[in-house]
Amino acid sequence: MSVIEMKLEREVTADTIKIEARKVQVHYGQNHALKDVDVDILAKTVTAFIGPSGCGKSTFLRCLNRMNDTVASAKVTGSILLDGADIYDPRVDPVQLRAKVGMVFQKPNPFPKSIYDNVAYGPKIHGLTRSKAELDEVVESCLRKAALWNEVKDRLQSPGTGLSGGQQQRLCIARAIATSPEVLLMDEPCSALDPIATAQVEELIDELRSQFSVVIVTHSMQQAARVSQRTAFFHLGNLVEYGETGTIFTNPKDPRTESYITGRIG
Amino acid sequence: MSLGLLFLILLALCTAGYMIARSRAVTSARGDTRVLHSLPAFHGRFAALAMILPAVAILIVWLVVESFALRGVALSHLSPEDVPDGASMDLVMADVTRIAEGLGKLQAAGVDLAPLTADPAALKARFSEAGFAQGGDPTPHTIAAAVSMRDTAATSRLALSVVAIAASLAGLGLVLRRITPEFRARNATEFVSMGLLIGASLIAVLTTVGIVASLASETIRFFQLYPAWDFFFSADWNPKFGGGSSLGIWPLIWGTLYVSVIALLVAVPVGLFSAVYLAEYASKRTRGIVKPLIEILAGIPTIVYGLFALVTVGPLLRDWIAIPMGFGNSSSSVMTAGLVMGIMVIPFVSSLSDDIINAVPQSLRDGSLGLGATPSETIRQVVLPAALPGIVGAVLLAASRAIGETMIVVLGAGAAAQLSLNPFEAMTTVTVKIVSQLTGDTEFNSPETLVAFALGLTLFVLTLMLNIIALIIVRKYREQYE
Amino acid sequence: MTDITEHALLMPDARTKARNAAERRFRAYGLSAIVIALAALVWLLISIFSAGLPAFQQTFITFPVTLEAATLDKSGKLDIEEMKKVTTIGYGKLIAQAFEAEIAAKGITHEVKPKQLAEMISEQAGAQLRDMVLADPALVGQTITFQALANGRIDGYFKGRVTMETAARDKNTSPEKLALADQLRDAGVVAVKFNTGFLTMSDASDKRPEAAGLGVAIIGSLYMVVIVLFLALPIGVAASVYLEEFAPKNYWTDLIEVNIANLAAVPSIVYGILGLAIFINFAGLPQSAPIVGGLVLTLMTLPRIIIPTRAALKAVPPSIRDAALGVGASKLQTVTHHVLPLAMPGILTGTIIGLAQALGETAPLLLIGMVAFVKDFPGLPPEGLFSPSSALPVQIYNWTQRGDPGFVERASGAIIVLLVFLILMNTAAIILRRKYERRW
Repeated sequence: MSVIEMKLEREVTADTIKIEARKVQVHYGQNHALKDVDVDILAKTVTAFIGPSGCGKSTFLRCLNRMNDTVASAKVTGSILLDGADIYDPRVDPVQLRAKVGMVFQKPNPFPKSIYDNVAYGPKIHGLTRSKAELDEVVESCLRKAALWNEVKDRLQSPGTGLSGGQQQRLCIARAIATSPEVLLMDEPCSALDPIATAQVEELIDELRSQFSVVIVTHSMQQAARVSQRTAFFHLGNLVEYGETGTIFTNPKDPRTESYITGRIG
Repeated sequence: MSLGLLFLILLALCTAGYMIARSRAVTSARGDTRVLHSLPAFHGRFAALAMILPAVAILIVWLVVESFALRGVALSHLSPEDVPDGASMDLVMADVTRIAEGLGKLQAAGVDLAPLTADPAALKARFSEAGFAQGGDPTPHTIAAAVSMRDTAATSRLALSVVAIAASLAGLGLVLRRITPEFRARNATEFVSMGLLIGASLIAVLTTVGIVASLASETIRFFQLYPAWDFFFSADWNPKFGGGSSLGIWPLIWGTLYVSVIALLVAVPVGLFSAVYLAEYASKRTRGIVKPLIEILAGIPTIVYGLFALVTVGPLLRDWIAIPMGFGNSSSSVMTAGLVMGIMVIPFVSSLSDDIINAVPQSLRDGSLGLGATPSETIRQVVLPAALPGIVGAVLLAASRAIGETMIVVLGAGAAAQLSLNPFEAMTTVTVKIVSQLTGDTEFNSPETLVAFALGLTLFVLTLMLNIIALIIVRKYREQYE
Repeated sequence: MTDITEHALLMPDARTKARNAAERRFRAYGLSAIVIALAALVWLLISIFSAGLPAFQQTFITFPVTLEAATLDKSGKLDIEEMKKVTTIGYGKLIAQAFEAEIAAKGITHEVKPKQLAEMISEQAGAQLRDMVLADPALVGQTITFQALANGRIDGYFKGRVTMETAARDKNTSPEKLALADQLRDAGVVAVKFNTGFLTMSDASDKRPEAAGLGVAIIGSLYMVVIVLFLALPIGVAASVYLEEFAPKNYWTDLIEVNIANLAAVPSIVYGILGLAIFINFAGLPQSAPIVGGLVLTLMTLPRIIIPTRAALKAVPPSIRDAALGVGASKLQTVTHHVLPLAMPGILTGTIIGLAQALGETAPLLLIGMVAFVKDFPGLPPEGLFSPSSALPVQIYNWTQRGDPGFVERASGAIIVLLVFLILMNTAAIILRRKYERRW
């Protein structure tokens, strides 16, 4: 596929392939955590990874921005292409990669700094802004995108750790999008939140789809059904089934997917 | 009767008492131990406790009272004329004690004492022949004092033995009378044991009380002899043994702080960077090897560092830096002591900082790395600020350690009390002066000696404040992440 | 656009390069900090060992001495009391004659004045020979092979501390004596051998570094460590058990807790002042005695035992206590039968480390007079605990204060002995921990 064709295709449709993973295997020491996973993640789409605990969905997510590099025993093989470039190429700097592929974690983890500094952290370290005014603008727009601005605009200098759980998680999302990533990875972002905060975050994810490609790992099948357009089902380190969310939930091809969805395994 | 023998007898009595009470309990139940409230062993233990505790209490009180009584007996034989010019009653008493000890040794060797005690010159000759330490020449009065001291001591020891053994037997008698199947020997034993446990934990409190009381009372005596104002606000330290000393604390405080600051300038960067590297970068294997190696530095006795400063570091700094650059030619200097102390303090900073950095949740690191920060940016901007209170606590503990350190400064810093900025000059510290004022033959009524207690109190208060602040900070920090 | 993305990912921009350089610098700082710390350790150890190892070697002069009955036992009755009247000087003359005769017998020519020959032998030799004879009076009249300590300067010459140049400026020796020493070595009269005396002999005066040994100091340290063990372990365990298992959580116990944490950080010299004021001035115990040192070190070690002991007790899971209480054991029985045995490895590890610290402590002992010159060995306990003694670290300090450079070697050698004891104790603690440590 030529460059020009790809460009055209991207402009025309949201179905552009953003990340292309082929034969991805992960070993943690002796433990073979992920076996031969092939997935194409589309731009401007919410993709959900579901599956029982320990199925490898979080492991795979952490491969997509090389967070597994921080685990000494982890070994990743296969290829993962971001816009056609292999992110495991030795010439790739994980620091630059992670600026493009942001991440939000299971437990809200605001830094012990002010709300403002939390959001400004990414732009500062990557040198994305030239002036204080520009930085202020970025912080405000990210907080707005994360639907948090109205709640915190009067106390930007108070510590981020003082917010409620749901607010903290939205602060973390604001922090992640402040580096203007192309892909946003979310590792069970709602598992530590109450139902109201969960609903707010889910709504936010849906809005983020217009700008980012979002990949979300979730335990809750309802959540996957609510927020995602495409769903991948992992089981025991294998990618069992991947496709349109609607198809997976209503008409699964694999018996294991069906068992999981109907609550027989998991 | 010697104390060791008395103690053995008491132990034997207790063992016997244990057996008797035990079998008495079995007999009282007519052989059916099931009807006993407590196992026979508890009856035995209760008897043993009832025998040993009063005896030991009597022993301790007796010995304390005895030492005062003996002094009184000796004093009754002495008059002010016995004190030579320029000496004090304490010195004469020390002679009396030496004579008494010497007589004891001679008696143990089977020498007939009667002709010796009658003739001071013969006694002196006999003592030098045997190689005993002697102070002033014995006089008829000091010999009489020594002899009556020995006699009183012998009588007192015998009486003590009788009383202690009687007390322990009385204890046994009381317990035996109470032994019935219903007697709650276990509860009684546990009640006594609990008392002992509480007593043990009170020793820690008593130690603090002892420290404060002894320092404070002698400090008050010092301030009666020497004005407190001069002590706290004078910049001149110049003790003279003939009197008329100036005893201003500032030169000592200056030296102490100067050495400590240099020590921290060495230890904090090295310790902190080592801790960061070990906690954030090093592999588990490297960490497992390097961390204990660095901690060896904390296990090495301070006298070793002292000798290192005296023999190696001091001459090295003098020959390579101080002399060529014209800073002076003293091998003991603030820089010598500070550098060596810095090495010693490294593990105090690094170990505690390492624990504290490890306590920072991994999720914060993930959050920062996930945004594309490099590990060093993560450490500098997220991990260290989060760990800051704990690290401050660690540094304060290290500072308290440095201020109270003695041997390194005694051997490395010198003894000259002065207010100077040149780190290659010899200066002195609070701890050095405590040692120099309290070692050797000292009299406890001159301000030159008593000043050591005022210095000790200053040191205690200073380190106490640092410790408490550090403990509170570290405790708060731990709670934050637990 | 793909091209641009690919380029951006595969070719780091200037800012990323700068950031990565900063990262490498930061890592290098960390690494160099560790290197500095370890280098300091190595430097310290090398400096001590290179200065101290020669202390374990000593130069001896071996030659026959005839123990003439005419000088040593004038009465001829082998009566010890009578023989004690011959002083070490008398023996010294005997040795000097024998030494001169030996040099003549070996046919060695030299430039040392006859009167100065005896100065090559330690002043201690007379006492050495006297002790031998008094221990075995039957030797009188015989000719024995006597192994005398060489003078400290001769010893220093064979160890490289003294050279011909320094000897020329030194009034205690001369290049001629050193030249003779070389000849005597070739003749087999002078030899450097392992120095058992360093571990067994007592301290010696300023002019005889060659005769100074650690015997009294080792015994004194041993006595004190035993006192600390027998007092601090039971009291520390009892206090920890009370605070951890029985004490109500209230203001008072919180105060005790803060107090213990603080006592562990009080400068050790303050404990020395405490010992001086309470045990010596108030209770009237003798100065320089191991009992006082032991008591002071006990008070100092207590908090250092209580803290790890409480941690070990805390690590025993509550389920074990519940199980014992559930079958009707009293609380004290639960603790003594179940909790304490399980916590024992942790308690012992903490105790050994506390004892090791006590063994190396110097400052408090200086204040209670242990720095005094002690020549006589203390007796057996309990009386020996009250007689003057020294201690390893204090002996080291004492030797650093002497003028003769031979004492620096002795002090460093003593440190090696001290470090060997500490290594043994810490190894024991590590083995204990490795072998019995339990993870719940």
